[in-house]
Amino acid sequence: MSKFGLITKGLLKENPTFVLVLGLCPTLATTTSAMNGLEMGLATMFVLILSNIVISLIAPVVPDKVHIPVYIVVIATFVTLLQLLMQAYVPDVYETLGLFIPLIVVNCIVLGRAEAFASKNSVGDSALDGIGIGIGFTLSLTVIGIVREILGSGSIFGWKFIAGDGVLAFVMAPGAFLVLGYLMVLFNKLAKR
Amino acid sequence: MAAKSNLTNMALSLTLVCLVCSALLGGIYALTAAPIEQAQQAKTNSSIARVLPAFDSVPELETIEVDGASYTYYRVPGSGYAVISKVVGFGGPLTLMVGIGEDGLVCNTVVLSHSETPGLGAKCQTDASFIDQFKGWDPAARRLAVTKDGGEVDAITASTITSRAYTAAVANAYNVYLKLSENE
Repeated sequence: MSKFGLITKGLLKENPTFVLVLGLCPTLATTTSAMNGLEMGLATMFVLILSNIVISLIAPVVPDKVHIPVYIVVIATFVTLLQLLMQAYVPDVYETLGLFIPLIVVNCIVLGRAEAFASKNSVGDSALDGIGIGIGFTLSLTVIGIVREILGSGSIFGWKFIAGDGVLAFVMAPGAFLVLGYLMVLFNKLAKR
Repeated sequence: MAAKSNLTNMALSLTLVCLVCSALLGGIYALTAAPIEQAQQAKTNSSIARVLPAFDSVPELETIEVDGASYTYYRVPGSGYAVISKVVGFGGPLTLMVGIGEDGLVCNTVVLSHSETPGLGAKCQTDASFIDQFKGWDPAARRLAVTKDGGEVDAITASTITSRAYTAAVANAYNVYLKLSENE
């Protein structure tokens, strides 16, 4: 696969949210606004790229039977690192995303890419794969966030274009499922062409 | 690809990976400890500055026991007390900082953390007409309770439980103030 293909496949063919349907917990929970979705996507991308790089480096020497614990330790390290850095330098973002930052450890996108891609490919390709999937995840979360914010709060990236409230259901969990479902239909319909 | 597993290399690789990872995290922790502390301090200070009249003294962190519950508060000489008051809201714990001036009037309130419903109870953070009614409130003269419970606090529309919790938090903070002024 071409280097360019490695990045773009995360957007369409292997889009983590709309095609692979992975990592739904943060997808549903943090996309109450466009900004939150974007921040969650970027945080996951950070972990994804670094863990892909390190795992592709160590994969050849890790004994087969303990490869999952080793990968998890690597991923958990980067998540904790991210958590400490966010707490120190962007405390407001850390507060909004709260619990969902530590939960990146068990995000199946991260471990999935480590298993399916990084452990079998070169460092460069794994980094590109991390970037590609990361961008795909970030864009998907942002789009869901934009739709939910427009319908639920009548604003976009915090900029309010109608006074008062929107349809509150879209800010809450049921709206998350609705928006995700409809976007998935739309995405797959458009992607098939 | 992956090496063949035997006990030695499994134990060795796990030990090594854990060692390197914990060393890395230890280093990062040491590096970020000071900035994290500063960030939290800055947040606390800005909350105190919001809930109390302007002051130029240094707030002192203290704790007190009132009615079996322990409260943390900041004593700000020349200004008043900023009491941290935690109650149960609609969706979970609701933590406020309530500033009570030396005159015994509520100066201002600010939400430190909450888990109320977005768009409904969560408005207790942003709804100015709700929050501002507590400014200058004299709990000795006017009862701190929502109108539904016979008090004078106008609740947020469709969020009576949150408003009730918020009001209770302010009332608790006032009790802390009473106890404090009694002691002095």
